[in-house]
Amino acid sequence: MRIEVKDLTKRFEHTLVLDRINLEIRQKEFLGLLGPSGSGKTTLLRIIAGLEFADGGVVEADGRDVSTLGFEERKFGFVFQHYALFNHMTVFENVAFGMKVRPRGARPDKQAIADRVKELLELVQLGEFEDRFPAQLSGGQRQRVALARTLTIDPQVLLLDEPFGALDAKVRVELRRSLRDIHDATGLTTIFVTHDQEEALDLADRVAIMNHGIIEQIGTPNEIYESPKTPFIFDFLGRTNSFECVIEHGKARLGDKELPVEADIPDGRGVAFVRPHAIVLSPPNDPEPTQDARLLGTAILRFISARGQRAVAELLYERRLIEAETTRESLKELGLSIGDKCTVSLRLPRIYARREAERQTGIPERAAARPPFRKRLRSRLSATPY
Amino acid sequence: MVDHAPSFDASLPQAARRPLPLTESAGARTALITVALGFLLLFLLLPLIVVFAEALRLGLGSYWAAIGEPEALAAIRLTLLTALIVVPLNAIFGIAAAWAITKFQFAGKNLLITLVDLPFSVSPVIGGMVFVLLFGLQGVLGPWLAAHDIHIIFAIPGVIIATLFVTLPFVARELIPLMQKQGTEYEEAALMLGASGWQTLFRVTLPNIRWGLLYGLLLCNGRAIGEFGAVAVVSGHIVGLTTTMPLYIEVLYNDFNFAAAFAVASLLTLMAFATLILRAILEWRAARLLARSRLH
Amino acid sequence: MIGGAIAIRQRSIVPGFGLSLGVTLSYLGLIVIIPLCVLLLKTSDAGWAKIWMELSSLRTLAAFRVSFGVAFLAAAFNTVFGCIVAWVLVRYQFFGRRLIDAMIDLPFALPTAVAGISLTQIYAGNGWLGAALATAGIKVAFTPLGILVALAFVGLPFVVRTVQPVLQDFDRETEEAGALLGASRWNILRRVVFPPLVPAVMTGFTLAFARGIGEYGSVIFIAGNMPGYSEIVPLLIVIKLEQFDYAGATVIASLMLVASFILLLAINLLQAWTRRQQGG
Repeated sequence: MRIEVKDLTKRFEHTLVLDRINLEIRQKEFLGLLGPSGSGKTTLLRIIAGLEFADGGVVEADGRDVSTLGFEERKFGFVFQHYALFNHMTVFENVAFGMKVRPRGARPDKQAIADRVKELLELVQLGEFEDRFPAQLSGGQRQRVALARTLTIDPQVLLLDEPFGALDAKVRVELRRSLRDIHDATGLTTIFVTHDQEEALDLADRVAIMNHGIIEQIGTPNEIYESPKTPFIFDFLGRTNSFECVIEHGKARLGDKELPVEADIPDGRGVAFVRPHAIVLSPPNDPEPTQDARLLGTAILRFISARGQRAVAELLYERRLIEAETTRESLKELGLSIGDKCTVSLRLPRIYARREAERQTGIPERAAARPPFRKRLRSRLSATPY
Repeated sequence: MVDHAPSFDASLPQAARRPLPLTESAGARTALITVALGFLLLFLLLPLIVVFAEALRLGLGSYWAAIGEPEALAAIRLTLLTALIVVPLNAIFGIAAAWAITKFQFAGKNLLITLVDLPFSVSPVIGGMVFVLLFGLQGVLGPWLAAHDIHIIFAIPGVIIATLFVTLPFVARELIPLMQKQGTEYEEAALMLGASGWQTLFRVTLPNIRWGLLYGLLLCNGRAIGEFGAVAVVSGHIVGLTTTMPLYIEVLYNDFNFAAAFAVASLLTLMAFATLILRAILEWRAARLLARSRLH
Repeated sequence: MIGGAIAIRQRSIVPGFGLSLGVTLSYLGLIVIIPLCVLLLKTSDAGWAKIWMELSSLRTLAAFRVSFGVAFLAAAFNTVFGCIVAWVLVRYQFFGRRLIDAMIDLPFALPTAVAGISLTQIYAGNGWLGAALATAGIKVAFTPLGILVALAFVGLPFVVRTVQPVLQDFDRETEEAGALLGASRWNILRRVVFPPLVPAVMTGFTLAFARGIGEYGSVIFIAGNMPGYSEIVPLLIVIKLEQFDYAGATVIASLMLVASFILLLAINLLQAWTRRQQGG
């Protein structure tokens, strides 16, 4: 089933929760709605499901206005964040519920119901748990029961509200795989809501990032990660270093270096966003370390945190702190210790208009406010051996 | 900066090695327990003992005779009839009111909750009085009722309506916070799976609230059986017809028929015990469910 | 659908708004709203002259004094002992604690008439305790003291049951912190434990007080019901009704409701103020 959302608007008291949302979800697509809390993603999902009603706009399924469709024709499957399993019923009865409540004429007989329940429980790998009660299941098991339960109504669309929100990290990763497998096996159009960008980028065919009731960008995970259109997206998807620059005639001037710029960014003050792992450290006074890195200047190493294979270094550059991420080995090779100078270079910067960046993310203001606390904290710590 | 780690120094005087005052002294504790138990003994236990002692004062034979009196039996019948009518009606009301209040957002909800609570906060005498004003001979509908030979005040319907008034909030008061806590997710899930409204109510909502509902029924029943003030006003004390058990007790007592009065009172006391035991069981069950759900 | 038309509400997928609200309002209307409106109607019918007459009647004034005064004292009495009972039940372990805990609700569950005759039997001049008290010159039954005893009985569970859960959820770590900072046990109790309990105690007091004002069944047996001395307001209302002085009855009832309302409002405000003082 194809879903189209046209100019959807929703207000709650005086806030605009959804602001003219336009979205198309293709047949069999696995779409992720990603965003921070308050972005409107869950509201959008619930309106598509029919659990809430929009103030303006329309949701269409295969071209037909969804609000005119009855339950039988619409058949959207919804899995709640906390699963909403019926606690007084066994797993079997929970899964069978959708079939048991059908009107007399359309209800399958007992054997058919039992067969279907068994089939679905096998699909979610809970075949042995028929007679258990939800209170006896783990979080991951409950989620799978909720999934099997919603599949009994033969839905055309599957809607999942923060499917992994209530689970711990290890279970999450396992369930991601099985959810993807189930999607591939059933071929259902699936929309899920999450605030975890790693989850969204890992699972979805396409991701729609939402913020304050609008969709900032829709694209494949690669597109979004590598070419984030707005500063918000860049900052939301990972840790961010910002450098001020000036945009003139289609080029950004960072210090005395020049960087190319997207066409539609106006002249004026700009900011370059760079990921920590895209900041390259090299010995001081090293003119041009690697081919694709732009030399930035000299920074002073302030703090090192070695976490397993990754090492995160905090450096003071032009009175602000920046974060660089590299491997433990590389850092060792450089032979730097706290207080030393080193050369920093940038790779893959994204340039944005400074005003937009400030408005959406609070960067670069935020970064400047950090030093005092860090200074106090670090003065108490001895140098971390690495 | 030199560290000073706290340590126990054996050379310190006794006072410095005293344990932390995390509880009252043994003496204080004993005193408090004694006071509490003494208070409860005097105010709770003694009246109970008195009921049964006085009921049996003239012997077991007299006890059974008092209960077997036709008027006593009529009182028992009326009390049970009242409970049988009032409790289910108020249960239905409670479920409907809790459904309306907890599953929907609308203006005036707070006013509605206040109205539901109202019978709880007015004197039972007023609870009876309003119906006398409405249905009594000199009441608003008095003449009309007399003309049609319908008797409400000083008749059984009045007793039932007055009891309905005072017991109205009990089930609703139990269900409203319970259903508010549960939210609407389960109902939404059932509806998304194709259930109709009634199927959702009977298969999902009611099972979810069954312990709270039982508790409310128990409280409602206890009050319906024991109600005195409201019924006293509307009944007219017509022995054998409109006296419930509490009223019958009053009649017996005012006739100085103490042993019989306490005999009937002992029946009510036993019913109160049963209520307390059932309440304790339900509370214990609820605590167990809570502990089990916390494990996950 | 009715629901969407008459009430201003957000649309919801859950059905049954019209039906449930309809049932609720009809039932409430028939059993609560209409009767109470009749009360208001009859009160306004009575006219200011009648209202003044009742208000200035010595008998009425005495009844109000007795009802409100004794209810206040009984609630205060229950507050003191109720707190002790709650403390003992939560903090200490002793034989029969669970049983006693379940029994606290007895005054809730026991019919008021049973309580009334039982208490009278105990405190009458020749009663179980009354006889001993009489030799000491103390008369309980047929005096306001008897009313106090009765109201203390019915109000007993209120303070205990409102304070108990707060005490149970109390964070013992704050007490430990106080102890580690060198406070004596009494100081810890006074400064750390008691202040957070005050709102609950006040709530319990209010409930007991409100209950005491309107109590009828357990009082009329032990009170003696002498006008001007031990007559309570609810009884006065009943007497007026029996005399078919409907106007008088409604006036007194309305006065009682207004006085209760004002008092409860005052206590609620005091409670809110106390809560603010403690930082919400």
